[in-house]
Amino acid sequence: MSSNVHMIERLEKINPKKVIIWTLLFIGSIIMVTPIIFMVSMSFKTGQEVYIFSLFPEKATFDNYLFVLKESKFLYWGLNSLWVATFSTLSVLFFDSLVGYTLAKYNFRGREIVFIAILSTLMIPTEMLIIPWYMMSREFGWIDTYWGIAFPGLMTGFGTFLMRQFFMSLPDELIEAARIDGWSEFAIWWKIAMPLVIPALSALAIFHFLGNWTAFLWPLIITNDPDMYTIPVGLASFNGENETNWEIVMTASCLATIPTLFVFIILQKYIIKGIMLAGLKG
Amino acid sequence: MANVQFENLFKNYGDVKAVEDFNLKIADGEFIVLVGPSGCGKSTTLRMIAGLEDITAGNIYIDDSLINKVHPKDRDIAMVFQNYALYPHLSVKDNISFGLRAQKLPKMEVENRVLEASETLGLQGLLSRRPGELSGGQKQRVAMGRAIVRNPKVFLFDEPLSNLDAKLRHKMRAEMKKLHKQVGTTTIYVTHDQIEAMTLADRIVIMKDGVIEQVGTPNEVYKKPNNIFVASFIGTPAMNFFEGKVKSCSKSLTTITLKDQKEIKLTSNIFEKDQDIIFGIRPEDISVNLDKKGKMKDSIEIDAVISVIEPMGHETIVICDSNYGELTGKVESSHTLKENMNVKLIIKEEKIYQFDKMSEKNLLL
Repeated sequence: MSSNVHMIERLEKINPKKVIIWTLLFIGSIIMVTPIIFMVSMSFKTGQEVYIFSLFPEKATFDNYLFVLKESKFLYWGLNSLWVATFSTLSVLFFDSLVGYTLAKYNFRGREIVFIAILSTLMIPTEMLIIPWYMMSREFGWIDTYWGIAFPGLMTGFGTFLMRQFFMSLPDELIEAARIDGWSEFAIWWKIAMPLVIPALSALAIFHFLGNWTAFLWPLIITNDPDMYTIPVGLASFNGENETNWEIVMTASCLATIPTLFVFIILQKYIIKGIMLAGLKG
Repeated sequence: MANVQFENLFKNYGDVKAVEDFNLKIADGEFIVLVGPSGCGKSTTLRMIAGLEDITAGNIYIDDSLINKVHPKDRDIAMVFQNYALYPHLSVKDNISFGLRAQKLPKMEVENRVLEASETLGLQGLLSRRPGELSGGQKQRVAMGRAIVRNPKVFLFDEPLSNLDAKLRHKMRAEMKKLHKQVGTTTIYVTHDQIEAMTLADRIVIMKDGVIEQVGTPNEVYKKPNNIFVASFIGTPAMNFFEGKVKSCSKSLTTITLKDQKEIKLTSNIFEKDQDIIFGIRPEDISVNLDKKGKMKDSIEIDAVISVIEPMGHETIVICDSNYGELTGKVESSHTLKENMNVKLIIKEEKIYQFDKMSEKNLLL
């Protein structure tokens, strides 16, 4: 009798709204996770087994990993990607927040026009810019250089916009107090404003780093030398003309995912906070 | 310590005149309070002293040197903001020493001065905390610590107590007064709260629409207001006003007709015939009487009905309806007064303020 009462109480606690939400989330996560599971599973399969639809390999093998790490230029590409993504992320953090701060906290003639001009760059698709970028790079001899891969992303309209929105929410009094306290404008930005927008900086850093890590089209065009490939370009190079070694592609993909996983695990609390704040204030 | 002087100071925002022809000399060590309703230009004036706003026209001097174009950091001033403007990511200690570090003072001296300031303000136990972990009053103290540690020539306070609750505000007010006595630095304090102004100031500057209405000691502005605005702004509850018209005047006696055609006689001769005047009566100068008999000498009587009684403990605010509108009296607490009672309000003639309706000026000055 009492257990029946218990059951009824429990059933009453189940909120139909929650059931729907949980179900949808569950379906969503299955859709997201399945390809990743298959990627991992395929990386442990042999070439013959790749086309067999099964979650677990019959004979798990590490040969693919040994091949990717030893025989291919994967480590080179990883370093290239790491270097380009880190450099361009640091640059974006510095310049976007500097410009965003200026647009948010200083009154000057033409401020709105500058802001709208920066914002309007968001409307131009990368594909359209690639030809001028390439012609420019050819003129300046930037083909097959890190600078060539990185330069289009050293400052972004999106980052500037994001940082401006965050800096606008900083109370002016903090800046004024620091001004009276005797600090230079640059020092105020660096010592007062920047520490207070760390969530925004983290979010921007993650978005930009991941964006660069997975960037494909521009690195493909600007690099000819396999030593200069980034990971996505390198992965594509495994696709032969007649056949693709999927187990190798998947292995390299698995390896390529590891740094992004680290970034997420370490910075996820900032990402969530950053996205939340971006949602609230942006 | 320093004197501060304003010479024909103007501030315009486009067509809006925020401050108009502001002239004032502040003596060394003086505690000056700028008071007025919001938008009267008091904060703008303060921000011009700080160098946070450009000056449209006119001059500001600190210690006889012109500072119009001097950078805020070189003016040797310290400012406390309404929202305290504590740096949220720095500890109390770092907040207080932030200005000293900008001056590149030796580490030992910074330490000592922070310690000294925190002792003065009772912040010793809080030095390692972040502003987020402090109560309102503590934040307020840290903001003050940040100001006094720099030992500036002038303190600027922009409504520093308005974010505190009533009890704490009272306490901090007393502390500020004590602090000023202790350090003796010239202080310019902005508030919209006339009680703060009255209790803190050596001299009060009352502003309205960017113009100074009156400068004087708390006693002066209370007892001898220049005009209707000052009279109504200073004092709680606010002064009562009603209109009259001069019917006749001789050397020693003036007859004035009130709104309901009732006549009152005053023994002054400052009026002109047919002049429209406004009477002002402080609530504390009204006595509320129940008995209808016996007219007192040199006083006027007004029949009224009590509409609201607000007991405040030791005194009671009595709001009455009369032929001249709502009149508020402040009397010693009594249990005999009840709402809807018919009463006689008796006001001594010498306590009646008289203003010209046209110019709104005090006719008794």
